[in-house]
Amino acid sequence: MSGERLAYRLVQIGFAAVLLLAWWLVSRNGYVSPILLPSLTSSVHEFVLLLESGSYWPDLRVTLYELVMAFMIASVTGCIVGYIVSRSRFSVRVFDPLFAGLYSIPAILLFPLYVLFFGLGPGSKIAIGATIAFFPIILNTIAGFDYVDRSYITAARSMGASGVQMFWSVMLPAAFPVVLAGLRMGFILAFLSILGSETIASLSGLGHKIVSFAESMDPAKMFAYIFLAIIIAFLLNATVTLIEARVRRGHG
Amino acid sequence: MSVGPGLARLGVIIGLVILWEIGVRLYGDPLFLSPPSQVVGALWEILGNQPVMRALGTTLYELVVAFALAVAVGLPIGLIIGLQRFARGSFYPIVLMLYAIPQATILPLVILAFGIGPPSKIAFGFTHAVFPIMVTVVAGVQGVKPSLLVCARSMGANRSQIFWNVILPHMIPSFFTGMRLAMTGDLLGVLLAELYVSQAGVGHFTRLFTESFEPAKLFALITCLAAIAVLLNELCRRAERRMSRWHE
Repeated sequence: MSGERLAYRLVQIGFAAVLLLAWWLVSRNGYVSPILLPSLTSSVHEFVLLLESGSYWPDLRVTLYELVMAFMIASVTGCIVGYIVSRSRFSVRVFDPLFAGLYSIPAILLFPLYVLFFGLGPGSKIAIGATIAFFPIILNTIAGFDYVDRSYITAARSMGASGVQMFWSVMLPAAFPVVLAGLRMGFILAFLSILGSETIASLSGLGHKIVSFAESMDPAKMFAYIFLAIIIAFLLNATVTLIEARVRRGHG
Repeated sequence: MSVGPGLARLGVIIGLVILWEIGVRLYGDPLFLSPPSQVVGALWEILGNQPVMRALGTTLYELVVAFALAVAVGLPIGLIIGLQRFARGSFYPIVLMLYAIPQATILPLVILAFGIGPPSKIAFGFTHAVFPIMVTVVAGVQGVKPSLLVCARSMGANRSQIFWNVILPHMIPSFFTGMRLAMTGDLLGVLLAELYVSQAGVGHFTRLFTESFEPAKLFALITCLAAIAVLLNELCRRAERRMSRWHE
């Protein structure tokens, strides 16, 4: 078994090595225009320079600020509205298909409108991130509270639980894992859409940097920022997965 | 409760539209917001506008071609990774890792490589759509009950019989789930690329209407695109539901 595992790792390392070698050879011999694919060494060099100088910080801060604001707006409105909707069977049946239907419209379509309303700055990114994150959060909140096992509620009520006790001790713990999954999904979607909308039209942020270096024909710097954005994405992903696992464990 | 939920939902939608109409008429700036009554008028105007209709047709074409390519490439790769023990162990983690990369970062590269016409939109839609298909096909192949495989083998089925009669029918539902997710990705990829840069596509017109402060036309164009998106999503969802029912 461990021999097999070793073989898997070897193939994976080999795959990465072949990719890097191909990049190195192709860019070195000029098979591909250097504007499209800068040399591997200069890209890595720019990346190291970028990390050392810390000049990425202002743009990273803008992107993270947009992400935090968008996520806060989406999670507060999504959880509150979702909870209110989940209070009655009837309103769930009215509103759940409505939100699910709206969710199937690609929200990125609203971006031109948001640029018109909120301008090119962080406002339009916060709006698009919040819109996109809102749907998984509200749908999961509705689902989480709606599917709480009726026997728990009956049992708590027959033991004389008050409304507040019912919420904190029965409803919330039962619905929590589903709501949490929605929050994680919303967070990741918000990040991806903010990155995407920064690419389309913006004044600052990681996506903006990538585009502006692409347009000023400075591909090595562009790749440095692509590396950075990918690393940030993996870090954010790992962080929210870790938080979700920990909260879930501490909870259950 | 004599009012059905469907009727109540319709009431909510109508109420929102009326609120929008009144709100915009009272407080809205006509340069930025249009009441729904004007959007309906602009919708007629746009439906008769040749270049806009051609742009919508181009977008539909890009969506369909990217989706077809994603299925044609994603299905066989997913099958190989799912069926081949070694390929799964070694390449599946690579696929998952590539899937986790935020693709918006490579959008300028895709445009540089494929130009500002339809090919770059197709390429970007393809890269968004191919991963969900691969991942769900692998999951579908993996989800076949081992007892079924043992059973088929003990009855003397050979490899190709097992593939066609046991594995393939059992992965169909998850393949259709993958197609639905792929359509969501496809729409995101193509529309992102269209909005980023576009010669005569919908991205060109959204920019034109934004810059010339014609919000009614912008709303109308977005409504058309949303209708296309809902139609394609609904097609995939219908197919998924139908196939999973057939499987039960």
